[in-house]
Amino acid sequence: MENAASQQKITYDHPDAINEIRDIVLETGKSKEALIAILKKVTDRFGFISNLAVQEISRQTSISAAEIFSVATFYRMLPTTQRGRHVIEFCESLPCHVVGGRELYLALVEQLGIHPGETSADGRFTLLTTSCLGVCEVGPVLSIDNNIHGNLSAESLSEILATYE
Amino acid sequence: MKKFRSMVLISNGDSSQAKGSEAVIEAFHQAIEKYDLGSEVYVTTIPDSSSAKAQPLVIVYPEAVAYGPVMNNDVDYLVSEHLYKGRVAERLKVSDPFEMKRISWLLQRTGTMPAENRIVLEYVGVIDPTSINDFLTHDGGQAFATALEMEPQKIIDIIKKSGLRGRGGAGFPTGIKWQAVRDAPGDKKYIICNADESEPGTFKDRVILEGNPFSMIEAMLIAGYACGADEGYIYIRGEYHDALEKITNAIQASREFGVLGNNILNTGFDFDIHVHSGAGAYICGEETALLESIEGKRGEPRPKPPYPTTHGLWGKPTLINNVETLGNIPPIIQNGADWFRSQGTPSSPGTKVYTILGNVNKTGLMEVPMGITLREVIGIYGKGMKSGTFKFAQTGGSSGSIIPAILQDTPMDFDSYRNVGVSLGSGALLICDDSNCIVDCVRVLMRFFQVESCGKCVPCRIGTDQALEIMTAISEGRGTMEHLAQLEWLRQGMEEFSNCGLGQTAGTPIKNMLDHFRAEVEAHIKLGVCPAGICSMGR
Repeated sequence: MENAASQQKITYDHPDAINEIRDIVLETGKSKEALIAILKKVTDRFGFISNLAVQEISRQTSISAAEIFSVATFYRMLPTTQRGRHVIEFCESLPCHVVGGRELYLALVEQLGIHPGETSADGRFTLLTTSCLGVCEVGPVLSIDNNIHGNLSAESLSEILATYE
Repeated sequence: MKKFRSMVLISNGDSSQAKGSEAVIEAFHQAIEKYDLGSEVYVTTIPDSSSAKAQPLVIVYPEAVAYGPVMNNDVDYLVSEHLYKGRVAERLKVSDPFEMKRISWLLQRTGTMPAENRIVLEYVGVIDPTSINDFLTHDGGQAFATALEMEPQKIIDIIKKSGLRGRGGAGFPTGIKWQAVRDAPGDKKYIICNADESEPGTFKDRVILEGNPFSMIEAMLIAGYACGADEGYIYIRGEYHDALEKITNAIQASREFGVLGNNILNTGFDFDIHVHSGAGAYICGEETALLESIEGKRGEPRPKPPYPTTHGLWGKPTLINNVETLGNIPPIIQNGADWFRSQGTPSSPGTKVYTILGNVNKTGLMEVPMGITLREVIGIYGKGMKSGTFKFAQTGGSSGSIIPAILQDTPMDFDSYRNVGVSLGSGALLICDDSNCIVDCVRVLMRFFQVESCGKCVPCRIGTDQALEIMTAISEGRGTMEHLAQLEWLRQGMEEFSNCGLGQTAGTPIKNMLDHFRAEVEAHIKLGVCPAGICSMGR
């Protein structure tokens, strides 16, 4: 999974896109049990799960497109819409909230100029809120492209955001 | 952690400070330097004890001697007698028997870190989690070897006798669950390790998996042998990349070593483990939702009964245990049920791994016997409050409660907490000071449940949404007294009619809030004021 994440993402209009999806299904398995793992790999490779991907997975696995879509929309880590180059997930659970998360959230919205669920106009950041990320000892916490940043303050936030182009 | 010979606790709350405790602390540091004890003695502060007369109170471990009141000019004598020469400084000991009784809870433990007792975490941070050889040289695998020489029923009898209760939050007796799976008809059975830890504030399972992944495999092997299963799954939450990698490597190494696969160690016992990585859904920690997710479906809980012990994964009998529960299995098999029962309290034997968070000086993980109190946790492990005074603790997620300061001397075990109407939850201890507003915190908790409700059953889907709406209204100054009655009604409805534990317990924070902090909530409504100054109140 580490490898998949560090691999360069490709887009769905790439000529090899269909082959890539097919390869993912072949290496992961065609059973229903493998579906979530397939969708996670597709997300790692393409950034989100498009209609094209759902159709192709359905063709390969004989699971109906409706069912694949219903599974994908249930899980937070299986997005079905295009997102920005970098995805920020802000932990809005209570442990972070009481140690400065309240203030950090205001700073984050102000610095990015977007609200949760939105993508900045230049396509650089998508802001999402999430439940506990499981690293509460260093709260307040947010994750950018699955990299965890802890012990944040409004000041350190702008430095960290600047490192994501 | 660096080991100190002695540990000195000095009370430094408001009342101690008024009597000069800060000067006492300073004097301690100087005296320790004078006698060159800096590398041997550790000094820290605790909140005021309930004994006002004996303040500033000084307690020295491991001997657990209480001195007080200790004044500035007593310190040199105390350090030279007790810490340098090693004899109790009789003149300063708390002498009044009445005062002594009030602090006796502090003196029951011995050891440099009082009360810390690592069973599950024993080798976490000690062994190399990527090396099976390192695991084996630290007694790893011994419990499995012992188990293989026993009759499977004998193993279950030991677990039952040990009194081990599930550490995922509900506290169900583990031995009874194992017995149910063993007795369930059918040839195909599964063992599942529930590592979908998602309760806000809880990360104990992550640390166990990252620190000692082989112990999970060993525990699952023992469970498989005892219950008659030949296949296991570890369901690990999607956010835990490092733990996923560690456990995947550990499984591979165990297969190569020959302790996973067919005919393990020539005993004719087959067992293999698969890893399933979650995809970001809190509800998948609920055992039947977890089963649905492994089967590749939406993680929506199944109606119960039938229980997974008879109708679990793909309809087969399935044992589902939390990571920490499984972590207790090898030590119990190795050391016996009586050894396990000698720790903790009679109804909740053993230790509990807690995460301590929030407005304390030190956050992190600790493993202590069941039955210690919040006051001890804050004073000793949290190293005191970072700011303000202690107002309430939140024990994490849907299975937890809000515990007001008034209950901080209640022993933390399943039954003592149930008796006072709160619950231990999964082991998160979020310590909040008086700068936090109860309305704001309950609103955040309700938002969590509203987001994480899977939406399958109506009471939970609509109940959490309406509860969030009402809490938001109160925090924005639009609350009415009718809202409080509605909250109570919603809470009851969710508790009685929801399908699974999430909905059934989502109203717990509301109940705790109305039981213990009603005045603060009413101030929002009747006076239009947030006493802590946190809520926007519509401005």
